[in-house]
Amino acid sequence: MNARPAVGDRPEQATRDATRAAGTTTAAPPSGQAHSAASAGQGAGQDELLAHFDALIEQGETIEPRDWMPDGYRRMLIRQIAQHAHSEIIGMQPEGAWLTRAPSLHRKSVLIAKVQDEAGHGLYLYSAAETLGVDRADLLDALHLGRQRASATFNHPALTWADTGAIAWLTDGAAVINQAPLCRTSYGPYARAMRRVCQEEAFHVRQGYDLMRALCKGTPEQKAMAQDAVDRWWLPAVALMFGPPDTEAGGSDARTAALGAAVSRRAMAWGIKRHTNDELRQRFVDQCVPQAERLGLTLPDPAIRWNEERGHYDFSPIDWDTYRTALGEDTHWARRRIDHRKAAHDEGAWVREAAAAYAAREEASGAPAGPAADVHRQTQEERV
Amino acid sequence: MNRNDEGAPASWEVFLRARRGLAHQHVGSVRAAGPDTALAAARDLYTRRGDPLSLWVVRSDAVHAASPDERDPYFSGARHKPYRYPEHFPPLNDKGPEGDHDQ
Amino acid sequence: MTTTSDQRANPAASACPDVDLATHLLRLGDDALVLGQRLCAWITRAPLIEEDLALSNIALDLVGHARALLTRSGRLDGTGRTEDDLAFTRRERDFTNALLTELPNGDFATTIARQLAYTHYACLYYEALAGCPDPELAAFGARAAKEVAFHRLHADRWVRQLGLGTAQSARRMQQGLERVWPYTAELFDEDDVVRRLAATGAVPSPAPLRPAWEREVTKVVTGAGLTVPTPSWTAGGGRSGLHTEEFTDLIGELQSVHRQFPGGTW
Repeated sequence: MNARPAVGDRPEQATRDATRAAGTTTAAPPSGQAHSAASAGQGAGQDELLAHFDALIEQGETIEPRDWMPDGYRRMLIRQIAQHAHSEIIGMQPEGAWLTRAPSLHRKSVLIAKVQDEAGHGLYLYSAAETLGVDRADLLDALHLGRQRASATFNHPALTWADTGAIAWLTDGAAVINQAPLCRTSYGPYARAMRRVCQEEAFHVRQGYDLMRALCKGTPEQKAMAQDAVDRWWLPAVALMFGPPDTEAGGSDARTAALGAAVSRRAMAWGIKRHTNDELRQRFVDQCVPQAERLGLTLPDPAIRWNEERGHYDFSPIDWDTYRTALGEDTHWARRRIDHRKAAHDEGAWVREAAAAYAAREEASGAPAGPAADVHRQTQEERV
Repeated sequence: MNRNDEGAPASWEVFLRARRGLAHQHVGSVRAAGPDTALAAARDLYTRRGDPLSLWVVRSDAVHAASPDERDPYFSGARHKPYRYPEHFPPLNDKGPEGDHDQ
Repeated sequence: MTTTSDQRANPAASACPDVDLATHLLRLGDDALVLGQRLCAWITRAPLIEEDLALSNIALDLVGHARALLTRSGRLDGTGRTEDDLAFTRRERDFTNALLTELPNGDFATTIARQLAYTHYACLYYEALAGCPDPELAAFGARAAKEVAFHRLHADRWVRQLGLGTAQSARRMQQGLERVWPYTAELFDEDDVVRRLAATGAVPSPAPLRPAWEREVTKVVTGAGLTVPTPSWTAGGGRSGLHTEEFTDLIGELQSVHRQFPGGTW
């Protein structure tokens, strides 16, 4: 057997280099070549590997990092996990802007904890993506250079304190619906990251709802602020948190729906997705309508009405063309989010350089070597 | 490798003992230039909730691995030795499908 | 002689131990609140995502300390003000934090220099507070000391990495130290309030902790190949509500939403 330089969750270096490009450019060559060649070299043909992979998916087993996998599967995962991670990091900004202005110390603490979780979720997800042979540095570069994107939901401004509540209640609420099925997604590291994320997101949604409830029970001015925030965040959550329409129920034209459907079918066949975007979107609307009623807030869609026959709430078809125009990559807020992120990255370059130089120096100066030094531990007793 | 890139520092696998009586369990990885930074990053990332007892970080490239799908000789034997499992043998008495356990 | 607004409002109070203690806890609470507020501004702007996480952890602990301290202070001073009354309705001149905690973030090295000075001081002080006779306060001191000890490790680690990193990081770290050092002396100032409290043994004075602090920070700074600054001047005035001009913006931002909604509940 080969000694492999990773805890099973990280492909060997050669593979990593070969696959590095895959996460950052859509036109990259198939990423799994080195990987499949290495495995195939052990005597198994490509067909046999594919059959084994398909059988695992069929049985609902998870695929683990060192398993053989089709290039398309790897590429789709890298794309989805990276976009998800970027959304967590970019998503810190609209709420992060209110950390210094939170109107009570309790709310300030809650918001710090929430924004901090988002940084943590980004890191869980980058770590999951890295098991596919890409490097976080490359993924971040791709984000900064516009080759990869975060969810366009966050290309909206958070204009008032109530926006932090609306974002948590609506967009995090949408995220939970989106993400709960991902806890059973076919790729092991992604599923495990999502289980952590989902456990923590539940707190985000509840605190958002609680924040909104406090505003609704407060002065008329506070309630008006809450309504205004919901008016502005409802559609972004419905339209953008669930991805493009992939059935005609999503209110799209037939061509858009067909395009979306093709992608979703592939993702579902591989067990990466479990439901269509439109199915999840409906689930979200069904969940929010009664919550809004309890808050005494109006969702800004006059077409929302219970449909006895379908057993769901009807809602207005989303005007996707408007969204495409308003939320292209080059809007004021899209630029702002990326510029903010890039500024932090660029201004921090000297700090990262210093940390790297320090580590290199420590290593060179004969930091303790040998097996005993390979595990670094911190226990409760040693902690402080 | 460009060391200035965010994320470029070494990768560390993180193991957490969440409660007494449990083994350290692999929870994910962090990027950090050195072991102290790695421990601190792991603490911030993986122990925000609960009251974990202990953390280990191990350089990812210090882990040696084998997995069954690579047809390593390591795992070929395990599947074909049913006699390692109690179910291979009749229960000790007739009380239920599980039988009474050996203690 | 320090004159806090509390004393101005109630001149007879200076001899009352509860009001003295309220004044003292308000100072500690303002330190934590204002420093926490400064650190919040780093979140989404840190050099690494890991630092967004680390700095928010620290900010979160500091806000927690502020809440405990302000709540207790409001109970003791007889005004019945809550933590939020104290944080969001006082004016700049009523805040009694040490100037160190309100210094602008500057670059990452300046923030780390400020963290180094504060965490070593706060850890020593909270450890001492853990031995005070008031059980609630002692328990708070013990908990806070543990949390700040982790913040101290964070600061120590970065001083070392920046000091021994690149030529640029060493220069910036040294500049950061020079920038904040004149403001460190105020942390150990002892006025009548503290003297009266320390004399009865109610709470420890920070003044005797200074040599230990000097030893600790000197070890970290010199271990990082840097020099402990010897400033030709020292700043003060924060404890009596005389702040920097930048502080007005900090308080304006802190209180903006709260003040825009009079009578609001959050």
